Amino acid sequence: MYGLGIVRGMAITFRNFVESYLDDIFWWGKGGRYYNDAALQVRQSLKGQGVVTVFYPEEKLSVPERFRFVPFLVTDDPGPGQKWGHDWCTSCGICAKVCPPQCIWIKRGTQPNGRPKPEPEQFFIDIDICMNCGLCAEFCPFDAIKMDHDYELASYDRTTAHIHDKERLSKPISYWREIAPKKAEAEAAARDFAESNKKKKKAKDGEGGDEPRLAEEKVRQLPYRGEYY
Amino acid sequence: MTTSNTGAVAPGVTVPEELSNNVMITNIAKLLDPAYNWARRNSIWPMVFGLACCAIEMICTASSRYDLARFGMEVFRATPRQSDLMIISGTVTKKMVPTIVRLYNQMPEPRYVLSMGACASGGGPFKEGYNVVDGIDKFLPVDVYVPGCPPTPQALINGLIALQEKIDQQSIATAPWYRKDDPTAGLVPIPVLGPDLVDLRQLDTIKREAAKAMAEQKQMEEETAVSPKPPDTQSYEIDKDKQ
Amino acid sequence: MSEAILEAPGSGAPETLANPVEQAISALKERFPEAVVDDPRDGYSGLVVPADKLTEVALALRDDLGFDYLSSVTGVDLIEDGKLEAVYHTYSIDKGGSAVVLHVQVDRDNPVIPSLVPVWPGADFQEREAWDLLGIQFDGHPDLRRILTWDGFHGHPLRKDWKEPFYEEDTKPFGSRWPAGGVLRAEELNPYGQNVQYPAGWVPTGDEYDVETEMYAITGADLAYSIDASQQMKTDKITVNLGPQHPSTHGVFRMVVQLDGETVVDLKPVMGYLHRNHEKIGERNTFLGNIPYTDRLDYLSPISNNLGYVLAVEKLLGSVVPERAEWIRILTVELTRIANHLWAIGFLLNDLGALQTPMLYFYIERELILDFFEALTGARMMNNYMRFGGVAYDLPDEIRGQATMEFLNELVHERLPRAIEQGDNLMTHNEIVRARSIGVGVLTRKESIAYSMAGPMLRASGVNYDVRKAEPYSYYEQLDFDIPVYYNGDVYDRYKVRMDELQQSLRIVRQVLPHLQATEGAPIIDGKPSYAIRTPQPGEAYGRVENPKGELGFYVTAKRRSSSPERYHVRAPSFINLTSLGKMCQGHKVADIVVILGSIDIVLGEVDR
Ligand code: SF4
Ligand code: SF4
Ligand code: SF4
Repeated sequence: MYGLGIVRGMAITFRNFVESYLDDIFWWGKGGRYYNDAALQVRQSLKGQGVVTVFYPEEKLSVPERFRFVPFLVTDDPGPGQKWGHDWCTSCGICAKVCPPQCIWIKRGTQPNGRPKPEPEQFFIDIDICMNCGLCAEFCPFDAIKMDHDYELASYDRTTAHIHDKERLSKPISYWREIAPKKAEAEAAARDFAESNKKKKKAKDGEGGDEPRLAEEKVRQLPYRGEYY
Repeated sequence: MTTSNTGAVAPGVTVPEELSNNVMITNIAKLLDPAYNWARRNSIWPMVFGLACCAIEMICTASSRYDLARFGMEVFRATPRQSDLMIISGTVTKKMVPTIVRLYNQMPEPRYVLSMGACASGGGPFKEGYNVVDGIDKFLPVDVYVPGCPPTPQALINGLIALQEKIDQQSIATAPWYRKDDPTAGLVPIPVLGPDLVDLRQLDTIKREAAKAMAEQKQMEEETAVSPKPPDTQSYEIDKDKQ
Repeated sequence: MSEAILEAPGSGAPETLANPVEQAISALKERFPEAVVDDPRDGYSGLVVPADKLTEVALALRDDLGFDYLSSVTGVDLIEDGKLEAVYHTYSIDKGGSAVVLHVQVDRDNPVIPSLVPVWPGADFQEREAWDLLGIQFDGHPDLRRILTWDGFHGHPLRKDWKEPFYEEDTKPFGSRWPAGGVLRAEELNPYGQNVQYPAGWVPTGDEYDVETEMYAITGADLAYSIDASQQMKTDKITVNLGPQHPSTHGVFRMVVQLDGETVVDLKPVMGYLHRNHEKIGERNTFLGNIPYTDRLDYLSPISNNLGYVLAVEKLLGSVVPERAEWIRILTVELTRIANHLWAIGFLLNDLGALQTPMLYFYIERELILDFFEALTGARMMNNYMRFGGVAYDLPDEIRGQATMEFLNELVHERLPRAIEQGDNLMTHNEIVRARSIGVGVLTRKESIAYSMAGPMLRASGVNYDVRKAEPYSYYEQLDFDIPVYYNGDVYDRYKVRMDELQQSLRIVRQVLPHLQATEGAPIIDGKPSYAIRTPQPGEAYGRVENPKGELGFYVTAKRRSSSPERYHVRAPSFINLTSLGKMCQGHKVADIVVILGSIDIVLGEVDR
């Protein structure tokens, strides 16, 4: 019958309209549907029905561990009375080489005797160029550069706010452990693993043999399944 | 001692000491600003204006999950005449920038510009490209920058909230628009496309550089008897023939 | 492949007959002795054809040898030999398989090549692009104007000796970044403080290219009453400009339409408003550095773009992809296709005027797929996920608090089918949709092949061609799925093809999931990933995948031990699909233009690159 298709479509719209209230009723008395962590959890998952809106800024959609926004540099936790901890970055320059739009500038530190010091003197990232690709974090051999989860970076001026210098980039390792606990743990395990392997290798002097593998749940957190460790 | 509790002193008005606690000296703008700003901040209508990848995130922001309607911004207008906010959502190319500037000029005051993403702010990953404008702030006054490539919808909303906060700070008395004395004050000269993008405000620089280049070339010619033409000019001439 | 060709004698042994490409090549060599020869360069395949024989060879390929589909046309600057080269990839629609590649080399100072537009109209925009960016003159081209830059632009930017204003070095990484990298905005070095440069001594005269009037002059709007106006109403001939800022153009795209009353007489697309110099930047980038750039081509299906590019480079590098990585690749690519089609169909209805409703329903589902991508790759859109010889990350542990496999199973078995069915109910039988889309924008089977259409455009016109079947890559051969084909070639059929492809993609993903479970814990990349990849051999490679928009091809050439591509060209389906837009719109009303454009499903990032 002519017009049936339209009626059917309208029925669907109507159903969606009704459904958007059903969930409200369901969450009645359970803390409400909005501004409620349990309800948000459901709303953002596959089970979400009706109104799926996330009420940012009051509610925030959780971001996964691998989420990447602009990069930051990892430092040790600052000791008492210290402003910054020791940089993990050794200014090896790999991230600057791998960066596709070439937005990392590193000035390598020098020791008093003129030899290069494994610590950057200056480190800049122009976040007006950075494409958030994460390759720097993927290839840094020292786990010294990581992708931040903080996306709330809106600013009124770009000339001052958009070139991140070392001071702005540096964040303590405890921050990374907080935003990406599993990844941080896996990376730490991989580092220990590589370290012990090196020692073992030295002891055995290249004998080889079956090396134990890193635990599976750790490996899967790492890029390329930690193949390069 | 204090003349008013708002801190604004009207020029030439002195308040007797004994009345200072009962009199508030202020001006119309001070009284109206909260209401005026409240109205504007909650009805910012963006223009339907998607440039590149960031536009997809902008559309996602407007759709179900993030829902810009919560901020009174869901009314995306297709014409600049009805919009208050221009979200530069993506890479600004040289071929496009005359249109963008023209659209901006067509927007009624007050108008805001939000630069979304690395590209709009500073060229982004494509900055080195020959057809890319390294930042829309070279042409338009930008109110808020949202970094990211692309900024997630939540990051964009964060930028929009920053814009609302900025609006809250404004005052009718000092706002740069509604200028009766010079209605063209806010307009930006529309750049033209020559052999490369020509910013009309730079004509003097261009002429100066050209003169410098000519002088250099002449010097070169004097130094070397036969001077090869630079390849750029050559191919430009080919194009001229075609036109 | 090149070795195989060398073995094949011109006489045509029974085995060689099995391969249509070898067969065609030997037939061509027989027919044009001396003129047509195998490409002598190391790592190159295909034929070298002299410019004056090109049209004849093309006609023979099209009419006699069955290679009737011109997929890609591009140019290469061989600056060391003082030559410019045009490269053509032709395929056989019926037989499938790989391409017969033609190389035509001409002098760099006088680069004239006969145009193939008379043979394949689909070469139109691609030849214009090669003229624009490389300065190859195509003799006999009906409308050889610049396409991505503008008339009056100085030089041909893809030539190797052309330098952009922010030029630093020929290849990345730039030396100035490390070890003594003081931060510098590139503007600070430029005398204008902007990304501009002018030919030496150029002074503005005031009559520079005017974007407005130039185009109108080209369409030649001689104002006149219509000749065939009906008795009741006389109509005017007018020229109307849509875009580049227009809500219907899906981005920054412009159409200059010549109208007779409300009827479209002619339509000329104008593009380049998002020309981001992908290829020029790509030729500076390292091989690895190009992967995140490919995300930004068709930004609605970034992972599929990744796949096309890594396939091309893997051919150069000779990588082997482990099993689990292949399954993950197919999973992500098919989910991308679903996400893209949800977007495309949602937008089609938007273009019809059903503002937002179906779109909003579909985007909820798309968001869920993006959730998976975000957990897997770290980003919603710009995934940067594929690597040479594998993928970057293994599946995540959980997505939005649900175990990954559970999430995927629920997604493809319950959530998405439900949503697609709802969309189907909402639109497929809607009388308004049908009235507006059936018989609109028709492209016949013959035309769609001639215009080099790809993807749903081709399949809606009755051509059963899908790269996943015609030249299977990854593990598609092992999977059981159908290619939806419809025969009317109108907007409605394109919609139906997309709807059916959603189902087929779900079917593929359902088959992939058990494999993922079985290969749990297996390697996902071949060997140790390195950031400084160098090609072991010189050569060319063409990797193509069936993107949601159509055939996406990457043409990459490299020298021996080079770290970045020598030539990097993208055969963009959206771009080439636009070639037929003018043809499809002729005779329809203004409002139909929007729908027809929507049915092509373009993404400007890919059109303009
Ligand atoms: S790769 Fe890591 S260690 Fe090396 S310079 Fe970059 S951040 Fe520092
Ligand atoms: S995320 Fe990518 S673009 Fe940004 S600094 Fe790292 S490598 Fe460079
Ligand atoms: S900032 Fe990134 S996502 Fe946005 S337009 Fe530029 S390249 Fe695309």
